[in-house]
Amino acid sequence: MTELANVVDWSRAQFALTAMYHWLFVPLTIGLAFIVAIMESIYVRTDNPRWKGITKFWMTLFGINFAIGIATGLILEFEFGTNWSNYSWFVGDIFGAPLAIEGIFAFFLEATFVAVMFFGWNKVSRKFHLVSTWLVAVGVSLSALWILVANAWMQNPVGMEFDPAQMRNVMSNFTEVAFNSVSMNKFFHATTSGWCLAGVFVAGVSYWMIWRKRNTDDARLSMKVGCWVGLAGIFFTIWTGDGSAVEVARVQPMKLAAMEGLYDGGYGQSLVGFGILNPDKQPGDSLPAMFAEMSIPKGLSILANHDMNSFVPGINDLLKGYEYEKDGSIIKIEGVDTKIERGKAAIEALRQFGIARENGDSVAMKTAYTKLTKDYDCFGYGYLSSPEKAVPPVGLTFYAFRIMVMAGGFILVWLFASLLMSYKYPKWLGNRWICLVGILSIPVVWICSQAGWIVAEVGRQPWVIQNLMPTNAAISAIPASNVQTTFWIFAALFTALLIAEVSIMLNYISKASQKPFA
Amino acid sequence: MNGLEFLQIYWWLIISLIGAILVFMLFVQGGQTFLFCKNLSSYTDLITASLGRKWELTYTTLVLFGGAFFASFPLFYSTSFGGAYWLWMAILLSFVIQAVSYEYRRKKGNIYGAGFYETLLLLNGLLGCTLLGVAVGTMFFGADFTVSKTNLLNPGQPVISQWGPLHGLEAIADWRCLLLGLVILFLARTLGALYLQNNVHADAVFSKNISKKILINGLIFTVLFVAFIVLLLTQRPEYLKNLISLRWFGIMFVIGVVLALIGVYTGAFSKSRNGIWWSGSGTILVILSLLAVAGLNGNSYLPSMTDPASSLTISNSSSSEYTLRTMAWVSIAVPFVVGYIALVWSKMNKGGTTEKDVH
Repeated sequence: MTELANVVDWSRAQFALTAMYHWLFVPLTIGLAFIVAIMESIYVRTDNPRWKGITKFWMTLFGINFAIGIATGLILEFEFGTNWSNYSWFVGDIFGAPLAIEGIFAFFLEATFVAVMFFGWNKVSRKFHLVSTWLVAVGVSLSALWILVANAWMQNPVGMEFDPAQMRNVMSNFTEVAFNSVSMNKFFHATTSGWCLAGVFVAGVSYWMIWRKRNTDDARLSMKVGCWVGLAGIFFTIWTGDGSAVEVARVQPMKLAAMEGLYDGGYGQSLVGFGILNPDKQPGDSLPAMFAEMSIPKGLSILANHDMNSFVPGINDLLKGYEYEKDGSIIKIEGVDTKIERGKAAIEALRQFGIARENGDSVAMKTAYTKLTKDYDCFGYGYLSSPEKAVPPVGLTFYAFRIMVMAGGFILVWLFASLLMSYKYPKWLGNRWICLVGILSIPVVWICSQAGWIVAEVGRQPWVIQNLMPTNAAISAIPASNVQTTFWIFAALFTALLIAEVSIMLNYISKASQKPFA
Repeated sequence: MNGLEFLQIYWWLIISLIGAILVFMLFVQGGQTFLFCKNLSSYTDLITASLGRKWELTYTTLVLFGGAFFASFPLFYSTSFGGAYWLWMAILLSFVIQAVSYEYRRKKGNIYGAGFYETLLLLNGLLGCTLLGVAVGTMFFGADFTVSKTNLLNPGQPVISQWGPLHGLEAIADWRCLLLGLVILFLARTLGALYLQNNVHADAVFSKNISKKILINGLIFTVLFVAFIVLLLTQRPEYLKNLISLRWFGIMFVIGVVLALIGVYTGAFSKSRNGIWWSGSGTILVILSLLAVAGLNGNSYLPSMTDPASSLTISNSSSSEYTLRTMAWVSIAVPFVVGYIALVWSKMNKGGTTEKDVH
């Protein structure tokens, strides 16, 4: 393996490590902030001290989790510079803006009012405290909005143009960058999945308390709030997930093909409900893609295009190029080998533009710019050494997608059942096996959440910016050994902090639940 | 001056202001360095209760500093962060360990014990301040790097910014950068002591000891600061030229120094608790003026020692006019943000931090 490939792999590993650790804590923060705000609202409205106690209990857990989320988030922001410095220049003009806005609008809101939330019970009025708690919840979601806008833009680069003199992309339409359909879907999908995760967490902890017969009245009240928020979350997550699938089919068809393990596409394509991939399968060979599968007829066409007879391309189609019929006309899509040629032509045109600019030859500059503009949509393909490099890891994307969907389906049913039991069959909540499932649903929802990110981020490989910059062109000029060292430092540090966090949470839940919260 | 040049200056001033506020907010880190001081050891809980209500603002200011720099001068972000890898990683690590320490320190089941988290806070205080100073030192005294945008045309080696082989460790070994690191550390310690004097309401022994800390750290800071300024103005005479030609910044610098010294005097010798506001505002004025003149008048704010043509100026490293203008509209919200921070600060600091707040 070359040094360049080594640096790319370790930089990716480090970013994946920090992002996945960060995403362990963030969805709980997003959802729990709202749950706590709702609980405090009930307290202020009813003036019932029991709700104050319940609010404080969950607020403490929120605080324990919030701190470690901040710690891991700091690294992520600066890693764009430390490990992806070329990326930072190539699209910094566009990508930096959401990060700065996140700092101004969201982080200060959180940082300022979280102090009131935790330490202001006796220092400010009840209403001021409630407003502070809600502002923290809003701040947390605003923060998610801007970072997800930035992430979505990487997967769907819009609202920009290329500046050949500066050799970078520049923003041309902020509204398009911030509020395009991909970013909005991503924002609502990710944040409402946070509500769902937090709802399951609250319900799961409540199940534990009921099982151990600790403070069961407060646990039952908490469970109702958790289930309502969680259920609302999972409904929105499914709805926006459907929207995301349509967007992925439109802007990242290779990701969709990898999610399905689909090599040869077609009209009325079925959706693999359950399948075992053939690990030896390679693009272009004649081996079967699956050892076994259970499919939903026409499911993928419906998922991707909301049309049961529509065409969905597979990996081989995307690599070789294909044509399909839509609304009576034939649409031709070029293959990756052609795109690589066009990408190389764009890079060459940029070189010619630079030479012409140095020589002050405005005619040659114009000619080069015209060529560059024609092929710029394939610029990133010029960095790929072969068409196969455009295929993401199929196995990981395929299985992660199935884990996410299956776990999500379980969560939907479970939250609905828990809510039903809370209101109609409260005695059932004390059943040992039901409690056990409730507790085990906590790790399930986290696995679901992590799997979602794996689908989104592994599935978009090799692109840092879809079609414009692959990972191997985005890195910093640092030795692989340096990145390897910091990878292990982060791995050890984050693991140590995670162990402490879980231990503190378990300890607190165990101690605080021994008597009524209020 | 065209629209782009105006916006580049506007954003450089914003960056300078955020940097100045960040240095002021380092009073949290400075305060943390007193955690293991013998004559303050019985006040550890009070000190952490006091600083623990403010650490997130410092943290957020650091994040905003990074985000705003990225948005307005992406070539700096790309060159310095990707080049001085170890220096920035060490800074980040020192802040990561702070984020959990206040919350976990006294919690049951924290695995490693309160002393462990207090040690992390101490490390954050010492390393965070010093290394941030070293990183800013590279902006004053330069670094070994080159920038060649045409590298993008070479798929085998596409990285445009190349740094020296030690990737930031050389800056820590550069005594000039280290001197600035120590200036920042002792400034933070002075501000930290002044803040604790203002906010912690404890007994007379605490007041006496904290006044002593203000005096000692204030004196060390003053000596180091004078040495740094002499070094800067002699090694980079363009700074002196800029401080004179951009006279408002020169005046701001002088006023800032005077205010900072008044704060130290007030904290060390009078009964007033307001020294932090004198020294704090002085700090903001001094750092703002120094950072501002670093980038204005065509000065290179990150000089390259390897290839002077690669040096970063506000004109060759900035974002496009469209982005700077869009961000300028966003920056209108800053006074509103400052307003609610001030409101909450005043409400939360009312009556100071007492034993009651510890529990």
